[in-house]
Amino acid sequence: MRTTSPPIRLIAAEHGEPKVISNGVLGMLLFVLTEIMLFAGMISVFNIVRASSVVWPPPNQPRLPIEETAVNTLALLASGLCFYLAQRRFAVSRPSARLPLTLALVLGSFFVLFQGYEWISMIARGLTLTSSTLGSFFYLIVGMHALHVIVALGMLVQTWRRHAQGWLHPSQLATTGVFWYFVVGAWPIIYWRVYW
Amino acid sequence: MAESIRVDHAAHHDDHHGAHHGGHEMSFTEKYVFPLDHKMIAMQYMFTGMFMALIGGFFAYAFRWQIAFPGTEAPLWGQVSPAEYNSLVTNHGSIMIFWVAMPVLIAAFGNYLIPLMIGADDMVFPKINRLSYQIFLISAIVILSSFFVEGGAFGGAWTAYPPLSTKAEYSLTPLGSTLWITAVALEFVAFLLGGINFITTAMNSRAPGMKMWDIPMVVWMIVIASILFMLSVGPLLAGGIMMIFDQNLGTAFFNPDKGGDPILWQHLFWFFGHPEVYVVLLPAVGIVAEIITVFGRKKLFGYKTVLYTAIGTGVLSFTVWAHHQFIAGIDPRMANVFTVTTLLISVPIAEMMFVYIATLYGGSITLSTPMLWALSFIFEFLIGGITGIFLGASGNDIFMHDTYFVLAHFHYTFYPIAIIGTYAGFTYWFPKMFGRMMNEKLGKLHFWLTIIPFNTIFLPLFVLGAAGHHRRIFDYRNFPELSHPWMWDLQALATYSLIVMLLAQIIFFYNVITSWISGPKAPKNPWNANTFEWTATSPPPHGNWPEGLPTCYRGPYEYSHPDRKGSDFWPQNEPG
Repeated sequence: MRTTSPPIRLIAAEHGEPKVISNGVLGMLLFVLTEIMLFAGMISVFNIVRASSVVWPPPNQPRLPIEETAVNTLALLASGLCFYLAQRRFAVSRPSARLPLTLALVLGSFFVLFQGYEWISMIARGLTLTSSTLGSFFYLIVGMHALHVIVALGMLVQTWRRHAQGWLHPSQLATTGVFWYFVVGAWPIIYWRVYW
Repeated sequence: MAESIRVDHAAHHDDHHGAHHGGHEMSFTEKYVFPLDHKMIAMQYMFTGMFMALIGGFFAYAFRWQIAFPGTEAPLWGQVSPAEYNSLVTNHGSIMIFWVAMPVLIAAFGNYLIPLMIGADDMVFPKINRLSYQIFLISAIVILSSFFVEGGAFGGAWTAYPPLSTKAEYSLTPLGSTLWITAVALEFVAFLLGGINFITTAMNSRAPGMKMWDIPMVVWMIVIASILFMLSVGPLLAGGIMMIFDQNLGTAFFNPDKGGDPILWQHLFWFFGHPEVYVVLLPAVGIVAEIITVFGRKKLFGYKTVLYTAIGTGVLSFTVWAHHQFIAGIDPRMANVFTVTTLLISVPIAEMMFVYIATLYGGSITLSTPMLWALSFIFEFLIGGITGIFLGASGNDIFMHDTYFVLAHFHYTFYPIAIIGTYAGFTYWFPKMFGRMMNEKLGKLHFWLTIIPFNTIFLPLFVLGAAGHHRRIFDYRNFPELSHPWMWDLQALATYSLIVMLLAQIIFFYNVITSWISGPKAPKNPWNANTFEWTATSPPPHGNWPEGLPTCYRGPYEYSHPDRKGSDFWPQNEPG
């Protein structure tokens, strides 16, 4: 069992040529590139369907909760901001990153729970996966994003745990950050293109 | 324990802790079943891909028999029913592209060559690499298992257009169509993980001294192909999820009765599908670049030109997808735009081919087996490219659509890529991979017995397609007014040629097995090549260079350099 952070030696750094981006961050950036295209595909398909339908929104369907979700959007954005603060504090003194990291985790969890509550109320008002194309796309896109937030929260928990144990490496924090900024950054676009 | 191992080896990775570099003897399972060594994972991909190629080839034989001799029993298969015919054609296409071309050209050659050619001891994420192969293997099992479920394997063509693919009452394969799309989605996940590894390794783990312009062309090509794949696969993954929902959860994304749109799938599919052609093309042209320089003893003519044309092709390949949909009801003005972009994309590819011809010009060419494959790649791919120009023009495509002309065209592109490119690379790197030389006589016999039948399969199909023969017809006896005796003769010629070509592959496998067992021992550098992999022992041990990683002093193609006295090659790792 390791208790301290292993020394990470970068190949190029050994020869005096420091790597610009660490392996973990570069790999995660490439993964996020694919994810961006995945969401771009879904959102543009939804917008094409919406633009080409004769009646929109589909009849007998509830409107999407724009106001409540605005609050939730702010919660997620605040969580991204907390993560950014955690990264800045981590660079100065490692233990001081604890509070913003915890806040990011709490706000992110709030986002998912609030969204689950919203889904339950939408289903009660007659918007289901098969009730209309609006429902299908709503649950597809928002659900796919929620899945990503849950995975990202898992990474955040892992990061938080490593930080609490004192062997969090900066590149691990940065790798989690890339994915977390992605789920945070994707949400306002989804909110704008799907809810409005 | 882990710490001391880390110090012993020069390369370290962020996500694992050197466990596989241990000095202990590895068990059979550790070494061959769940390896972390990039070379062993490459071999897993290579042989899984070749096994799938045999299955895909056998499918082609079964339905080609039905086309040429309808109503008779195909030996080893039996009477082909219409439903079987559809699923054979569908899975031939899917397997050859997703389970042969992708794993062999990108995953196998990428895994084998990238660390060896850039002077690294392994990939940066070996565990992700192993996971990638495991997911790929599961996807291969899923696609093969679809033949044994109720209703049989999916038969809606590899493009899987809805509503045929989404409604079980149309496709009659309630389980087969879901298994098909699931297998394809899993396969994408596998290559996503592989692609992340390839790009990160090539960017971050290069040997000291290896600048951007010193990277061998095949590594560049696999990196660019991986980027193309990662940029294009997202929308199709989205479409795949939507299709699984439509099939099983009752949504209506692609169902026009309930407000969906079937054309959307075509856009999502071809937004991926067209870049995919270049995803598999680029590694093949990279392999050819390595071979023609070594066996032409000349520097690659215009290294940066090849690289820029590859990037240009990649960018353009995202703007051509709707040329597959000229008769799908898209706006004719949009068709004009896509005609222009489609014809434009032939410019960088043509430039690349000119560069290769210029590389060969004035070289002292050795016609070894790998060189024969590389030269035939250039020749055969040009036929595929030139016939593509006919199809890219929307006016002409309306006539040619869904005829054998289209089929012959894309086989003249995919066959050189997936089969000729693979044989070129495999015969070229065989001494490195297995430590033995291949039999040249058998290699050349196999070459000619593959290339000649290949042309006699598909050249007749151009003629048939131009005469209007339609590729989706199961039994042309039902359309006597559309099929003349000479057409039947050409179909029979194609089928007989296919059988000859498939049988010729026995020579290849015989050659591989006997050379592997008893071929002459291969030296480190049998071809007098410059790149790093030829400085490791044949085959390279775990960690590639136990004595220490090489250092790079020059570009990869310094053949017949005027400043170099006494030899016509100048390895990248030699100082001076």
